[in-house]
Amino acid sequence: MTDITAQISRGSAGTGTNRVVLLWLCIGMVGFFLLPWYVQEDGFWSFEWLVDGYPFDSDYASAAFLLGQGIKLWLAPLALFLALPLLVLGRHKTDPLFAKILLISGIGGLSWLLLQGFAIGIKGWQFGIFEDMFGPLGDRQFGLGYGAMLLAACFLFMITIGAAARGAVNGDIFVVSSIGFVVAIVGIFIFFPIVGMLAGALRDNDGAYSIFIFMEKFTDRKIWGLGCLSANVSCGVAWNSLVLGVIVGISTTLLGLVYALVATRSGFKYSRLLRALTVLPIITPPFVIGLAIILLFGLSGSITQFVADVFGLTPTRWIYGLPGIVIAQTLAYTPIAFLVLIGVVEGVSPSMEEAAQTLRADRWTTFKTVTWPLMRPGLANAFLLGFIESMADFGNPLVLGGNYDVLSTEIFFSIVGAQNDQGRAAVLAIVLLTFTLGAFFAQRKWLGKKSYAANTGKGDGGAHPLLPRRLKWPVYTIAAIWTFMTIVIYCMIIYGSFVEVWGLKNNLTFRHYIDAFGIKWTENGILWVGSAWNSFWTTIQIAAIAAPLTAMLGLVTAYLLVRQSFSGKSAFEFGTMLSFAIPGTVIGVSYILAFNVPPIELTGTGVILVLSFIFRNMPVGVRAGVASMAQLDKSLDEASLTLGANAWQTFRSIILPLLRPAILAAVVYSFVRAMTAISAVIFLVSAEYNMATAYIIGRVENNDYGLAIAYSTVLIFVMLAAVGILQLLILKSGKTRLSSI
Amino acid sequence: MNTKIKSNASSVTFENVTKIYGGTVKAVDKVSLTIEAGTLVTLLGPSGCGKTTTLRMIAGLEMVSEGRILIGDQDVTKLPATDRDVSMVFQSYALFPHMTVGENVSYGLKLSGLSKTDTKEKMMAGLELVGLKGYDARLPSELSGGQQQRVAVARALVLEPQVLLFDEPLSNLDAKLRRQVREEIRDIQQNLGLTVVYVTHDQEEALAVSDRIIVMRNAEIAQEGTPRDLYDRPADAFVADFIGEANLLPCTISKVEDEIAEVNIGSIDLKLAARGLGAGSAKLAVRPGRIALSARKVSHSIPVKLMKSTYVGNHMEYLVKGEFAEIFVISTEMNADLPVGDTVYLKFREPGPVLLPEG
Repeated sequence: MTDITAQISRGSAGTGTNRVVLLWLCIGMVGFFLLPWYVQEDGFWSFEWLVDGYPFDSDYASAAFLLGQGIKLWLAPLALFLALPLLVLGRHKTDPLFAKILLISGIGGLSWLLLQGFAIGIKGWQFGIFEDMFGPLGDRQFGLGYGAMLLAACFLFMITIGAAARGAVNGDIFVVSSIGFVVAIVGIFIFFPIVGMLAGALRDNDGAYSIFIFMEKFTDRKIWGLGCLSANVSCGVAWNSLVLGVIVGISTTLLGLVYALVATRSGFKYSRLLRALTVLPIITPPFVIGLAIILLFGLSGSITQFVADVFGLTPTRWIYGLPGIVIAQTLAYTPIAFLVLIGVVEGVSPSMEEAAQTLRADRWTTFKTVTWPLMRPGLANAFLLGFIESMADFGNPLVLGGNYDVLSTEIFFSIVGAQNDQGRAAVLAIVLLTFTLGAFFAQRKWLGKKSYAANTGKGDGGAHPLLPRRLKWPVYTIAAIWTFMTIVIYCMIIYGSFVEVWGLKNNLTFRHYIDAFGIKWTENGILWVGSAWNSFWTTIQIAAIAAPLTAMLGLVTAYLLVRQSFSGKSAFEFGTMLSFAIPGTVIGVSYILAFNVPPIELTGTGVILVLSFIFRNMPVGVRAGVASMAQLDKSLDEASLTLGANAWQTFRSIILPLLRPAILAAVVYSFVRAMTAISAVIFLVSAEYNMATAYIIGRVENNDYGLAIAYSTVLIFVMLAAVGILQLLILKSGKTRLSSI
Repeated sequence: MNTKIKSNASSVTFENVTKIYGGTVKAVDKVSLTIEAGTLVTLLGPSGCGKTTTLRMIAGLEMVSEGRILIGDQDVTKLPATDRDVSMVFQSYALFPHMTVGENVSYGLKLSGLSKTDTKEKMMAGLELVGLKGYDARLPSELSGGQQQRVAVARALVLEPQVLLFDEPLSNLDAKLRRQVREEIRDIQQNLGLTVVYVTHDQEEALAVSDRIIVMRNAEIAQEGTPRDLYDRPADAFVADFIGEANLLPCTISKVEDEIAEVNIGSIDLKLAARGLGAGSAKLAVRPGRIALSARKVSHSIPVKLMKSTYVGNHMEYLVKGEFAEIFVISTEMNADLPVGDTVYLKFREPGPVLLPEG
């Protein structure tokens, strides 16, 4: 007879809290006493400092050792704030002193850390006011390093634990800490750079703030000029971008709709194959379409030459400019519109259409009076997405733009060109940001949450009617032509990678592949002699580091958005989705402006690339997480909670295992998107950390199209393989489909 | 194998509890109630009346806006679900689909810090209690709806909670299983002496399983009592109509003497318990099943016109029109040949009509 005397008890959380405090306190101590306080010049992953004078060399010393040597005395107050939590280790979390002391320690420590970081820079005092108050400072400091990072995290979590003990969000440490963490990093890596850039736009070349300088730059004729309407000069870049965005928005929406109709309402047997189209933009670097267009319509393009031969026309450069960009972007972004619209078209409940038909409407009337009006919000959504994508696109305008300047490329040339006018780049970025944010606001305001609801709205039985006849043939024709064109484009890319020099020497060769990816076997092992290997491995490495982090951050954010309610949640949601509307070029510019100087020095490192990918792709992770979490029955979480699990245990043992397919998908997508990204990357790459896309653009600028196309082809196949493996894994687990994203 | 699932039954007390959603919507408005330890109490009411919110506030899944909640003597108002000794059986069962039945039942035990062997023994005992011995290695998806339901019950029971909550536990079962499962729940509750709070919108289910029923309406308690109290002595027209059906007929109290009222309804005079009412107009609640119809006149009956007659298998349903109102009647007398359109004679049966306040 076994008598179970084990007491089933709840509410042991008191000691648990202290364990968490202790853990973060230890991490903070390690940061303060052991690790180098300042950033390491050799990069984040280099550990040379361990053998090179650590712990006494002031470049490598921890804060404690620095203070011990009597330098950087302004770090001393941090030790006080770090010691404070020691007082609460023995206390229960319901003790009011517990929360109070932690809050004082966290807020005080973090504020001091930031204050000294911003106040004291490479040249000593950063602001004249401090110099006036305290006199000149004989010392200086570089960007924050490992030690400061850990200590900052320690202080941050002291704040969240303190807030949780005060009862914020039901007093759950995990939830409060997650919110605090997401807010902190979104603040540092999205809002801080953007705000910094706005400030940069207000500064003249001497660093003095002036609204006049800003107005002068902002109202520049090159941005807003309307000369093209009357005289033979080009219009301002803002108008160019706007016109391009609107045209591409409309064309992608219409083509996407055509495809969506064919896929769902044609009765066409292989319409499911059309869905494979949606994979294309994901695996194609954005400028590759532009390259293929040049191979077809450029001066020595196949079609140009053919037309010239047959009709005796002189080849022109008509494709460089608005027409080329429009064609390339329409090809590139139609699948995105298709992805959105297929949800919209399927979301129209078949029973409504059936109801219309039983009320004596014929197919055309049904389409006109029921289907179309129900789809309209979705169409607006697709238009705005296409508009934002087009505005933000950097690769195609760069390759195909000719004299048609748009904002995203102008920003680039203001920084890297002979001008090197950061103020002008900031102003242009603000104009671009205004457009995309405007579209983003419009989308959210008019369409609200429809973008989420479209996928979850399940039809209530019944079948969609086929297309009415007067729509059927136009739709089929357009879809067929465009599909043919897409196929031709991709064939051109593969074929072009084997051609010696397009239009001049049309013989086939492996030369480009050998140049890029040549390997030699020597006695010392494999020698990666191809010129592309360096950037290729860097890309894989950076993307592989960024992908799981992006997925995790997206998932945690989605969990907070879907499952928790807290004050300021809508602002939180807005902030996390905001980076979707920030064009990559803007992120790039703001990052180099913000992270070039202390307290956060990241320019030229791999870390800045990883960070830019995480925050560029975070909305994708959030959306994937939100979509799949919305399908998880909320009572599963609640059951876990009532069984005594806290939010962290619930997240780990219920939500994470059930979302495994979604997590996997988010990881692969972040990986692939990181590999294809160009717009932010091109500002952030360095000699040491060059990325594949930036390398390819470099080859294009040198007119080395063969190698550029060969490299692009390799990238496409690598990513195709990644997506394929993902599909296999997901099919195996059999829980969700690719298209659920 | 003598591991027993014990009971730690405690009472639940609400003191002026209010729950406000989004700043304005009152889901529960100044509710005070006491649920005795070891009893099964049902929260009953139409959808949107606040019964589920009340249940979720006991669980700690919703936090009160004002007021206090006590479980036993402990004030749990500020405690989240994790720290309350309460478990819950969900409408959807909420079995974790990626865990076996055994893992589901062990989940809370492991989190409570029980050793592996203790956890296993408790889990087995729990499954045996609900009649699912030997099912521990299966996945929830391999079980029928009724079996899943029992796993959910076992998972909640093994924690030996102070209070066990059921949120419409039968609504996903088919009609035949419902009766069986509700008896099982009642048996377990009585054998172990558990405190159970049970939410349903089905009045028959509530009457069948409860020690006491709390009827809610518009975020407030409409009436509280034993099933018999509520059925025979409804406090107002809402309760009378919600628990079983009732004909609500206008009547007049001519005088009240010694708590006995003389009531006129049409040409009938009745003597009924006054229930605190004075002379004047009032309402009379009459259960459809407590009315007799006959083709011939009997004493204390009134003539009515038979409007409609419906055969529904185990009883007959009639609609008659009298001098005061239309009345709905249920009769188990299947062979009475009452032709529609004829005049028939209506008589109230014992226990008879109940007086309700006007309005």
